[in-house]
Amino acid sequence: MDKLIYTDNLAIGYGNGGKNSSVLHRDINVRLMAGEFACLLGPNGSGKSTLIKTFAGFLSRISGSLFIDGKSVDKLSGKEISKLLSVVLTERVMVPNMTVYDLVSLGRSPFTGFFGRLSLTDKDIIATSLESVKLNGFEKRNVFELSDGERQKAFIAKALVQETPLIVLDEPTAFLDLPSRVEIMHLLKDLAHKYNKGVLLSTHDLDLALQTADKIWLLAAGLPVETGVPEDLVLTNEFRKFFEREGVLFDTESGQFTKADNHVKSIRLVGKGVEYKWVSRALARNGFSTSDDPFSRLQVEISSDNKREYILSGADGKPVKLRTIEDLLERLKYADI
Amino acid sequence: MNYIVNKRSFTDGSKNIILFILLFFALLLLFIFNVAFGSVNIALTDLFSILLGSGSEDGPAYYIIHRSRLPQAVTATLAGAALAVGGLQMQALFRNPLADPSILGVSSGAGLGVAVVLMMGGISGFVLSKMGWVGHLTITTAAFAGALLVLFFILMLANKLRDNAMLLIAGIMVGYGASALVGILKFYSMQEDVHAFVIWGLGSFASVSWSRMEVFFPVLMVALAGSLLLIKPLNLMMLGDNYASNLGVNIRLFRFLILGCTGLLTATVTAFCGPIAFLGLAVPHLTRGVFKTSNQQILVPAVMLSGAIVALFSNLIARMPGFDGALPINAVTSMIGAPVVIWVILRNRKVLQ
Repeated sequence: MDKLIYTDNLAIGYGNGGKNSSVLHRDINVRLMAGEFACLLGPNGSGKSTLIKTFAGFLSRISGSLFIDGKSVDKLSGKEISKLLSVVLTERVMVPNMTVYDLVSLGRSPFTGFFGRLSLTDKDIIATSLESVKLNGFEKRNVFELSDGERQKAFIAKALVQETPLIVLDEPTAFLDLPSRVEIMHLLKDLAHKYNKGVLLSTHDLDLALQTADKIWLLAAGLPVETGVPEDLVLTNEFRKFFEREGVLFDTESGQFTKADNHVKSIRLVGKGVEYKWVSRALARNGFSTSDDPFSRLQVEISSDNKREYILSGADGKPVKLRTIEDLLERLKYADI
Repeated sequence: MNYIVNKRSFTDGSKNIILFILLFFALLLLFIFNVAFGSVNIALTDLFSILLGSGSEDGPAYYIIHRSRLPQAVTATLAGAALAVGGLQMQALFRNPLADPSILGVSSGAGLGVAVVLMMGGISGFVLSKMGWVGHLTITTAAFAGALLVLFFILMLANKLRDNAMLLIAGIMVGYGASALVGILKFYSMQEDVHAFVIWGLGSFASVSWSRMEVFFPVLMVALAGSLLLIKPLNLMMLGDNYASNLGVNIRLFRFLILGCTGLLTATVTAFCGPIAFLGLAVPHLTRGVFKTSNQQILVPAVMLSGAIVALFSNLIARMPGFDGALPINAVTSMIGAPVVIWVILRNRKVLQ
């Protein structure tokens, strides 16, 4: 496999290593392989954008070395980088009258001639890329008229027509609604796998990153960068180390963040399948920790054979049949615990 | 899929070709009107025989057309195209719909140059405004020198400043500085010289004679041709510096060249015709409204044609019967320009909010 990004004790920040430069992070040792979909996670201000901009060549590094596709960035010209790495950035682009087709076709610039005229091959590549991001039929639409999710896909298409082995995206899911976030993340993962590209993005969507990423990079001030398969990072408690703060806990079992001091009351939950999962979620939200302890004072039994029912047997011993989780929670609120 | 895209670009292309042909004929027609109409009536048959060189080479009609109307029409055509392209380049480079070629402070620099020779001359004893063509030539040279001085300063700043917004502010500040110096000079000058300065500030396409055309024409032609060579980077710089540099544009080099190109266009036009207001701001918006594209491959030539058309049209109105050539060109361009700018703001309010 090809190492598309490889760093050796890279230090990033602003300035050029002189007296006034401020270092955000040092000793970064990471690599990104072809066909790999990696998510860069970290709290605000940890330097995610700075790292992305350093990879893209917008910021010069403070020290250490950075290799793109095996070549040191010092030896790469702007023209060469434009054929190795394409970007999707957070900055808004406001050009009057610009259509989706105009925007995407600008991605072909490293390959077009002096005036930027598109050849038939260029047009083929643009059509294929629009199809890969499911924007076919949007060619004539003004970029302003697009939804945030569609605009992001147009910029991803621009990166695709650049035909680089590496795509780097700075928070592509910020400002998107949940369905668009899911769509963009899966789209990028699929593109990485299908075209054997290296895709690196920074994001705050921990849930989605855990679901989709091949590799996760964790970046936080004062901690060495950790990279690995998401599940490994969960099991080795790296997530806790990077994201937990006072009052917020990372639940290793569910892969979610919860508020501390929530689970005070214990309840026995009997059941299986999807109902079990959602009832336990609802109980957890209301301050119950579920267990399989037969001596628990409260017990909820889920019967899902023919008719969905929740049977609550409380301290008074008499079981009550309830139809919805809402009724169950209502009952628990007034149960004598 | 592929078929549909090709068909789409074909229909778009043919629509643009028709628009270009229409613009070209409008330009031709306005050029002829500019030569044909004026305060003195010249019969159309005389006009064509003079233009085709078959008529007699003396007589008042020949004199008026050759010495006055023809150079004036050529000047308006070139100046309009130059200012419009300058405005287009500035709007794309600074990604600001309200940028125009004078935003660099170049025209203020020209104003300062003119103010210095007009008013310093007054102080030291000889009055340029009473010296006829010698005075005219000195004014043009001084304007050109002042404009180039400011341009040189801006280009030096561009080398130091990475951020376009900072450069924009610096350009506006240079303009203010130059205007302040002009104000001080005015305060200490004689009334005739201040009057001459005000006249220069009103703008005119009438002061480029054939002998001055020998400078005006080639310089503008070179700068206009240069603007055609900057189409590709201009297209990319609309996306912002980061996207542009990721697509292989050498930001520093092309920013320098684009600024230099606009600067040369503006300096030349301002030196010979005075500061022509609003053309550079309004024409790119008008053209975008007609062509409905953001592609500079189309916009740059289209803006050249439209700029020339608007300048010729303004010149025609300024010389309409009744005004008798007395209406300053800036009053006309502003009357066209101001509604256009308001229209742009209204149309873009969704975008700007």
